[in-house]
Amino acid sequence: MTPDYQAFDRLHAKFGEAVSQPAETAGASEHSDRWLRVEAAQIAKVAKFLRDDPDLLFDFLNDLTVVDYLPPADKKLAAAVGDERLEVVYHLSSLTRKHWLTLKLSVPRLVDGSLPEVPSVAKVWKTANWHEREAYDLFGVRFTGHPNLERILCPDDWHGHPMRKDYQSPLEYDGIRGR
Amino acid sequence: MPTTVEDPRTVEFDVRTDEMLVNMGPQHPSTHGVLRLVLRTDGEVVSEVTPHIGYLHRCAEKIGENLAVRQWIPYTDRMDYLAAMNMNLGWSLTVEKLVGYEPPERGRHLRVIIAEMGRIASHLVGMGAYGLDLGSFSPFLYAFRERERILDLFEAACGARLTYSYLTPGGATADLPAGWTDRCLKVLSEFEPIIADYHTLLTSNAIFVKRTAGVGVLSGKKAISYGTSGPVLRASGVDWDLRRDGDPCYTRMYEGYDFKVVCQRDGEYVVPPGAPAPPYEAVLGDCWHRFYVRMLEVVESIWLVRQAIHRYHETDDVLPRNHGAPFKLTDKLPSGEVYLETEAPRGQMGFYLVSLGGTATPWRARARSSCFSNLSPISEIGRGCLIADIPAIVGSLDIVMGEIDR
Repeated sequence: MTPDYQAFDRLHAKFGEAVSQPAETAGASEHSDRWLRVEAAQIAKVAKFLRDDPDLLFDFLNDLTVVDYLPPADKKLAAAVGDERLEVVYHLSSLTRKHWLTLKLSVPRLVDGSLPEVPSVAKVWKTANWHEREAYDLFGVRFTGHPNLERILCPDDWHGHPMRKDYQSPLEYDGIRGR
Repeated sequence: MPTTVEDPRTVEFDVRTDEMLVNMGPQHPSTHGVLRLVLRTDGEVVSEVTPHIGYLHRCAEKIGENLAVRQWIPYTDRMDYLAAMNMNLGWSLTVEKLVGYEPPERGRHLRVIIAEMGRIASHLVGMGAYGLDLGSFSPFLYAFRERERILDLFEAACGARLTYSYLTPGGATADLPAGWTDRCLKVLSEFEPIIADYHTLLTSNAIFVKRTAGVGVLSGKKAISYGTSGPVLRASGVDWDLRRDGDPCYTRMYEGYDFKVVCQRDGEYVVPPGAPAPPYEAVLGDCWHRFYVRMLEVVESIWLVRQAIHRYHETDDVLPRNHGAPFKLTDKLPSGEVYLETEAPRGQMGFYLVSLGGTATPWRARARSSCFSNLSPISEIGRGCLIADIPAIVGSLDIVMGEIDR
């Protein structure tokens, strides 16, 4: 399997500025994966195109996850983190063409005090159904158009999203003392 | 016309079933402790399956963000506790990919030996436990008898029987002890003829075939869409194995090895001697095929271990005494991010590592587990079957809950 660097040209021709290729970040390891940045609102359309285009055929969604970039107190690390944001990461591969691709989209951590929204790709790849539920559960990203966006690992009445960097674990849940 | 008691229609009207919710698990034997399935049933027929997971959530990813990369190795053990060696390997390779380190050739062969032995041990549990799910107890004992001997070998290599932490970034914690490979070959040659017994006990057993053939069919296209991997994907007729098709960082380990991916091609399996041909009731992608693919993979793994032992002795580059040494706990990671998937016994195990540089701990350590995706089609393939088929379907997916909940 090899990374697909041609996908960008096709996506750029189809979606224009909605897909961009970030310049190599300074100081990154030469072995680091490269990725394409997609505008959050366009992800469902881009995903469908990636799956169906005969030259790309990304039929397999390996992983969908979120990275929380919340600048920490440490100044050096905060500079490396950059702006406060959440990044949704899609790892795709094609079983027929034998290539892979990473997509990323950036959303604010909170929009006016409520959770950020990203269009769901559960209709394109069925596996996204559970992965998006997990991302919602642990990171608090709301996927619009998802058939059943509920918590999957935590109990339904759990407060907060545990994988966020500023999450405070509760002192007590359902009569059980924590910490 | 008023109906009378004698009227046959009355009887028909009387026997009306209501929909019922049945909770299966968390203590049902087929769910291995911590999975709960809510079934909506109409009589014996299941119309809806809703899995509830998360009983085991252990925050492994959160812990990974607070530990050095080598310190996280014991946590990968506890994800898939039946194939912990393969989990160690996945995370080690991910770290090595980011740093750009390549273990010495002898170390790579050592990893093939260990990883494939882990696969055999894991498939043995999958096979034995599946027999147990369907009510046959003896194969379970036999499978554990064979597995014990492999665990003895692992114990001799690293001192542990379940949570090994043996393969680490940089190689392994120690070289194999003297005489280990001879013991390993002896175990394999004694194990090989027994596989035929398993085929007699389960694969070609009439009751077993009745319970599994044509049950829980998952088509190849759906298997891909649901992101299933490993034996579940290959049993649906998709020819995909990361040992052959994966990332170069991983396939380098298997370079020059001769092995076949177990999958149906041109309507035929390449069946090793002693293995029965698929019965006519079996449909591609059903429970029977998922079991069958695992059984054939064991034979392929034995062949791989034999080759790896030969190569291990042929390469004479000497391993440093502790060749995990290039990675100290305080070693800082370069900035960047990598995602790497390896072919674990249950499917593709992916690790995603984001590092910002300047620290020894990753900013994000993510484990994409194969069982999480493998379980997700249960709502679809469990629809319309009988209650008794549900354990057969869940068992055939060979899930380990530790990997789902992480």
